[in-house]
Amino acid sequence: MAKFFAVTIIIIAILSAIPVLRHTWDMPEDISTHGSLIDEQMTETMIEAGIAFLAAQFLLAIFIWKFSNQSPDAKIKKFPGGAKALVIAALLVVGIEVLALGVFGVKAWANVYLTPPAADAMPIQVQAGQFAFYFRYPGPDGKFGAIHPELSNEGTQNYFGLDPEHDPASRDDIVAAEMAIPVNKEIHLLMHAKDVGHSFFVRELRVQQDFVPGLDVSLHFTATKIGKYEIVCTQLCGLGHYNMKAYLNVLSQQDFDDWIKKEQAMQ
Amino acid sequence: MHDVSAPAVHHHAPPTSFIRKHVFSLDHKVIGKQYYALALVAALCGMLLSWMMRIHLAWTNAAIPGLQLLSPNGAPGGVMTPEYYLQLMTMHGTIMVFFVLTTAPFAAFGNFFLPIQVGAEDMPFPRFNMMSFWVTFTAFIVLMASFFVGDGPTLGGWTQYAPLNSVGSVGGPGQGLGVILWMASIGLFCVGQLLGSLNFITTTLDLRVKGMSLMRLPLSAWAWFITSCMGLTAFAVLMPACILVILDHVAGTSFFVPSGTVMNDQLLPHSGGSTLLWQHLFWFFGHPEVYIAIVPGIGIVTHILITNMRRPLLSQRVIIYSMGALAILSYMVYGHHMFVSGMNPISALAFSFPTLVITIPATIIVLIQVFSLYGSKLRINSASLFSLGFISMFVSGGVSGFFLAQPSIDIMLHGTYFVVGHFHMVMGVAAMFGIFAGTYFWFPKMAGRMMNETLGKIHFWLSFVGAYCIFMPFHYLGMAGNVRRYSSFVDDFLQPLLPVHQWITVAALLTGGAQLIFVYNLIHSRFWGAPAPDNPWEATSLEWSTATPPPFDNFGGKHPVVYHDPYQYGVKSSVGDYVMQTSPEQVVTEHEEK
Amino acid sequence: MNTRKIVLALLTTLVCSSLMFAGTVSGKVTYTGTPVRQKPIDMSKEPSCAKQHATPITTETVVTGPNNALDNVVVYISSGAPDDGQVPTQAITYTQKGCQYVPHVLPMHVDQEFQILNDDQTSHNIHPQPKINTEWNKSQPPGTPPIKEKYDKPEFIPVKCNIHPWMHGWFVVLKTSHYDVSKEAGDFKLPNLPPGKYTITAWHEDYGTQTADVTITGNETKDVNFTFKAKAY
Repeated sequence: MAKFFAVTIIIIAILSAIPVLRHTWDMPEDISTHGSLIDEQMTETMIEAGIAFLAAQFLLAIFIWKFSNQSPDAKIKKFPGGAKALVIAALLVVGIEVLALGVFGVKAWANVYLTPPAADAMPIQVQAGQFAFYFRYPGPDGKFGAIHPELSNEGTQNYFGLDPEHDPASRDDIVAAEMAIPVNKEIHLLMHAKDVGHSFFVRELRVQQDFVPGLDVSLHFTATKIGKYEIVCTQLCGLGHYNMKAYLNVLSQQDFDDWIKKEQAMQ
Repeated sequence: MHDVSAPAVHHHAPPTSFIRKHVFSLDHKVIGKQYYALALVAALCGMLLSWMMRIHLAWTNAAIPGLQLLSPNGAPGGVMTPEYYLQLMTMHGTIMVFFVLTTAPFAAFGNFFLPIQVGAEDMPFPRFNMMSFWVTFTAFIVLMASFFVGDGPTLGGWTQYAPLNSVGSVGGPGQGLGVILWMASIGLFCVGQLLGSLNFITTTLDLRVKGMSLMRLPLSAWAWFITSCMGLTAFAVLMPACILVILDHVAGTSFFVPSGTVMNDQLLPHSGGSTLLWQHLFWFFGHPEVYIAIVPGIGIVTHILITNMRRPLLSQRVIIYSMGALAILSYMVYGHHMFVSGMNPISALAFSFPTLVITIPATIIVLIQVFSLYGSKLRINSASLFSLGFISMFVSGGVSGFFLAQPSIDIMLHGTYFVVGHFHMVMGVAAMFGIFAGTYFWFPKMAGRMMNETLGKIHFWLSFVGAYCIFMPFHYLGMAGNVRRYSSFVDDFLQPLLPVHQWITVAALLTGGAQLIFVYNLIHSRFWGAPAPDNPWEATSLEWSTATPPPFDNFGGKHPVVYHDPYQYGVKSSVGDYVMQTSPEQVVTEHEEK
Repeated sequence: MNTRKIVLALLTTLVCSSLMFAGTVSGKVTYTGTPVRQKPIDMSKEPSCAKQHATPITTETVVTGPNNALDNVVVYISSGAPDDGQVPTQAITYTQKGCQYVPHVLPMHVDQEFQILNDDQTSHNIHPQPKINTEWNKSQPPGTPPIKEKYDKPEFIPVKCNIHPWMHGWFVVLKTSHYDVSKEAGDFKLPNLPPGKYTITAWHEDYGTQTADVTITGNETKDVNFTFKAKAY
């Protein structure tokens, strides 16, 4: 049975590696300007984790195969170098490996979170509330009207609680249920939580960020490929969490301008 | 090393009534068995919940016959509603993490065997010990009660994030009374564990018999000791956090709800609260908690492996120091659950480095275990198979941690099935394997009978292969972006992944079914198993030196004296290739802990 | 003996005469001014619903018809009806179709059972928000049986869907069964009114309520019209 177990471990290890090597289920293509560093980290980590995984399972299997069912007279052998060699190997090999990953990963992280948005980034506000995302563009005056939570009215589609009667800045605000952006233009996404925790995740854009009720956080990114992508909520927010999504439309500048005009007319 | 003088234990007379013997018992062995029975019932409930979840994920609009009897609103016509899925999911996680993974490896086996392994008659505070079980039991009842009251259990996941946990029933079904019951249950659970930790720590430090220096404690005892230290600090933070949530519900406070919260077009009256505060409090507990779940398993399977390898480890001390390092580091890493939470991005980097570093002691443990196999005389039985399976699972689950430890990669994997695969393998399955290994190993001593070896091996094979079939695909789903905690998969990009979910569901149902073989074996052996000798595994630690099952005061009125460390295997003695800790016989040995 | 026959005859005459004399109140509901534009609803997050509408539907806060007709106004007898206690038995339904509530406004009698149907391929979670009746919300996966409910106190109850925030409607629970909802050209009709003095109330979800008093003497049809003032915002 020991040998059968050893073979099983090896088969499981190889079968587990196959979908990864064949890229059967992979991350979708990267359409962002900052994502290449993230993807590089991912590949690096996959190689190192993959080697560690295969090596450990193979060693386990080989030792089970070789050292079980020994005769009672067999001598106990000690692995050359003993515990000391293993501790040093772990400290050096694993230590250097993980610290390298950590150090190289700092830049990938800093690009997303520790750099300010460009001065001419286009501001768009996204509000997450049970169970939909709504997007607000400031309109020709470039200013977002104030949010009055007590005026929120879903029945009349006043999702942001705007007060156009008394607040001129809100009169030209464009509220939409999908997010359209021009390609190759940096977006400054202002994230507002209406009620509980939600999260904004677009796989192709390589962005994920929780909304924090009471704290307006922001993200900035640039999309480089025209297309339609899904924005999904990744923070459990209630019964409709599974159905909380919106489409991100990356459009040419011309198409985006047309879209804005069309949305403006519908407000 | 230094000798410990005669331990100071409050002697209590053996009980005579049925209630005192089997219900309200002060005997740590009975308490250990009670915890085991609680964990077993909880595990079966948790597994049933996972079946219901998996069936719904694979066949979303299918009716599960009879489900409407459990909850007419939750499953009209037997079809699970989105909220009921989340409620079942929350209960699955809560039951498994608290009432199975914290209870069985630590409270069940630890209560039974720690006093015996140190040579004591019982723990120093038997009444606190009894209380700890009954408080934990009450916590379980309170939690299960939420299925049957109001609009059901809370749906916020075992992590119960704010402000969803504090806004009340406007947040959704189960968010009123369901949350209050959850918080009360877990608060009680914390109290039970604190009482238990008190006993474990004092037993280890104060009740060791003559000759039992700290370095001569078996690795399982060390694991229980280190775990109880973690428990003391971790549960002490969770309990007040639960109380604060209850106050937000009933006392008009706003610890976790900020101003400006609008639900159902109504502005809620709260102000001043911080949603991130809950996450800090919860994860400060939550990360040590996962080590509380796994460290006893590490100690137990290493202990079992040594017995079955017939040789000591390359270094026992290194394992002890590594377990200690895991415990200490576990407090420094908790922010890795919060990389994209809105926490300061520099904090994310600060938490990331200790998370990467914690790989090192974990790797050392695995390396010592695996390379001690080299040149050994490995015996294959159910206990050793599950112990080896633990190592395989711990490695598989552990390497996915490399990814999640890095904030930049976490951007893509947070909130996906990758995380779910990681923690199920490294904690769920590995700890379960530790529980199984401990059961097959110690059942003879606890029940006085042997378990059926053939059934044990069949249980192992189905569980090992089955667990990989279930949880390895979770990682692929996560890489593809499959979001977690979704009751059904309606997004465009998730459609191609549905066949994977169906595979997983079938594997889960079959693997779960295999666990019934274990339950049958347990129950059948308890009553009709072959009588067990005192030391069926030719093992060395103190529990094997006493009768099977041990008498009321563990050692029959005698105080054992310890002459050896617990891993004198591969030596030549009058009884074979080992010498027991309590045997005065001197043998030629490579290394001996004093 | 004789007295009994006379009393019986008198009663029969009275009953028959009251049945013979049944008037009707009918009329039109209109508005003045310019109602605020109803915004189109973007259902892109629910493609199975979005594709059911060739052009996007709009919000239904103010629904108008030709010649300044105002629709979805509930017109009902608020006082004077002698048969308020009788609960009608006919089936009334509220359907979720194309991620819209059909009808937008559902009037019903206190304690009258109504059924909620889900005609869509997505789950809905219907959440009426009463202030005096019992609040509940219920999920309804596709293909599951109709939800049967009733309310025991008169109230104007807004209805929303927890999963699809744009879905909005009303349950109007009345203690009378004499009600109608204005549609298309703004017409409404309240037949079968025995002779008596009545107060008619017209309720619009945004423009408020108006009342009118009317007296029915026999079989006549009384004409009562309501005019609401539109709001700019």
